[in-house]
Amino acid sequence: MYGEQPLFGLMNRIGTLVEEHRPWPRYRVTREGWGQFIEELAGNAWSLVGLWGEPRKVHAAIREDLSGDIAVISLECPQGRFPSLSPVRPAANRLERAAHDLYGLTAERTTDPRPWLDHDAWGVRRPLSDRPGAPAPNPGPYTFLPVEGEGLHQIPVGPVHAGIIEPGHFRFTANGETVVRLEERLGYVHKGIERLMRGKTVQDAARLAARVSGDSTVAHSLAFARAVEAALGIRVPPRAVWLRALMAELERIANHVGDIGAVCNDAAFAFMLAEMSQLRESVLRAADTCFGHRLMMDRVVPGGVAVDLHDRGPTLLLDLAADLRRRFAPLVAIYDGKASLQDRTMTTGIVSTGLVNRFGTGGYVGRASGRGLDARRNPGYAPYDDLEFEVPVLTDGDVNARVWIRIREVEQSIDLIEQIVKRLPGVPRGLDGSTPLPLASVMDGQGGAGPREGPGEGLALVESFRGEIMTWVRVNGDGAVDRCHPRDPSWFQWPLLEAAIESNIVADFPLCNKSFNCSYSGHDL
Amino acid sequence: MFKHILKSLTVGPVTETAPAPAEPALAELADKLQKAAKARLGRSLSIREVDAGSCNGCELEIHALNNPIYDLERFGIRFVASPRHADVLLVTGPVTKNMREALFRTWDATPDPKWIVACGDCAIDGGVFKGSYACVGPVEAVVPVDLRIPGCPPRPTELLAGLLALLETSAASGIVGHGKRATADGP
Repeated sequence: MYGEQPLFGLMNRIGTLVEEHRPWPRYRVTREGWGQFIEELAGNAWSLVGLWGEPRKVHAAIREDLSGDIAVISLECPQGRFPSLSPVRPAANRLERAAHDLYGLTAERTTDPRPWLDHDAWGVRRPLSDRPGAPAPNPGPYTFLPVEGEGLHQIPVGPVHAGIIEPGHFRFTANGETVVRLEERLGYVHKGIERLMRGKTVQDAARLAARVSGDSTVAHSLAFARAVEAALGIRVPPRAVWLRALMAELERIANHVGDIGAVCNDAAFAFMLAEMSQLRESVLRAADTCFGHRLMMDRVVPGGVAVDLHDRGPTLLLDLAADLRRRFAPLVAIYDGKASLQDRTMTTGIVSTGLVNRFGTGGYVGRASGRGLDARRNPGYAPYDDLEFEVPVLTDGDVNARVWIRIREVEQSIDLIEQIVKRLPGVPRGLDGSTPLPLASVMDGQGGAGPREGPGEGLALVESFRGEIMTWVRVNGDGAVDRCHPRDPSWFQWPLLEAAIESNIVADFPLCNKSFNCSYSGHDL
Repeated sequence: MFKHILKSLTVGPVTETAPAPAEPALAELADKLQKAAKARLGRSLSIREVDAGSCNGCELEIHALNNPIYDLERFGIRFVASPRHADVLLVTGPVTKNMREALFRTWDATPDPKWIVACGDCAIDGGVFKGSYACVGPVEAVVPVDLRIPGCPPRPTELLAGLLALLETSAASGIVGHGKRATADGP
């Protein structure tokens, strides 16, 4: 029965189409329809792309992986309750818990009803619902899952970790050196981004989107911009489309080389970190010279880009690509040839193919375990449909496989940078000889003319270095953001880290963790 | 790999010491920082980094301080794993309410004398997250702050410049750690 049911067939049967949603359809369903949807989810291989709340409303985005069809399904819940997707899609659980903490939406028959983002510290409950509540009078401690057996001990770690990394709590239960269970508790860096975006102009909200997760600032900005552009029907100038891809690939290389070095450093092979961090620095300096910011923050904006590449840019980037190719290959050979290093990375932290498919995990975590999806290919977006690149896939699912996926992706991205620079559309020239920025006009909420009046809703999928970002946005008629939900790839990767470390030794946790490198900020929002 | 290491022996360190034309500040700063650190702390300053809700952009640039190009450790300044080993807390982020207690406890666990550096626009005034129900706002609302390094995120050279400023002002004012004056009879 697997995959026999076409997604749109079911949606057209159980739901009514919502007009203003682009580019993929959104369907409003009744409670019965939602129940039928859950039944069909159980029997089909569709993956969950996202789940998010609104006051008395819940939305889920679903993809049929083979055809690439995507649909959003929405349920009104006047009582604030909806049947949970978590029994059939475990990845929904934490998203449902987040929707509960922010919107007061209760998932019925959920696999885990504990709070997630709300640590009883905000001074308010359900901050984004239509009736926020007073804080709980006597909040109890968070209940961790029970672990039973002889000779077990617990190791609590965090939220403040030993390295220069983000905060989160890990509760290890170990038998001697072997980890029996890891339980994560996240939410420490919840900044209330979704609430802050509400009512902002798309330009101001874009600054928040750029800071969902600093390491993926280009990708998150791009996902937000594409969602807004879909919602308002904005056509982005071709040069901007290509410049965006250029920035995205620079960001991908910078993060991958940095993390490859860091994984090796966690196996006490500091040489690799020293070398790789120099490559990273070269990329950041080139980004700074070309786009005026080392991380290229706030450079991708709704409508296009905020900065154009200057005349020396193309040569500089081609030199960078050549330089990276020359310096990267010998380091890869060293990684491949060091038995003591491979001893640490091989067969460590294995994630099964079944698990990545169940959780719809993307990025190098998914691709190292046999799930070969890449948003640049499926559903695909410009200019990648015009570019040649491979999506590497391995099946071992261990730390080593995740490192190799990143190595291959660095090579692909270097190629992509060369292709993009060589084919970059020319600078647009005005009639008076001026060279305006490749930036289409967007309603600015100040009465500025836009291409189309709101309201509108848009969904965008963008491949960050870490995996697929899904951003959903609704823009009001006045050009202000009514609601935005950026879903970082980490949501579907964090749960698998708990599985990866099981039966490994405690000392291998840093390796496993770094090979995942999930975002805390992107997840906690 | 040995070929690689051998080559670096002949090529010399990649660390930027000589004043590069594009970045004269880094080299100039490196020299001053070394002198001040020596006078004040006998060549050692231990920093504990605390992310109190940043987007992780600041962390990326703080990491860069450790790469061979900026090589922070040549000044005797290093990052340590525990607040109990630290002289300086380098705090990033708009202090989320979920991190407020952890930040305070980290500060409390840091022995005197100690300095607190608010790193990045968020740590200084909440940045783009100002006014959120989930954020306290500036770091100084939770723990006393000695120095602010602005930027979103600050560049590695700006971070270096900030650490220097901290050493110089603390030396000039005679303040040993925040709020504790060095006196003969002790605290």
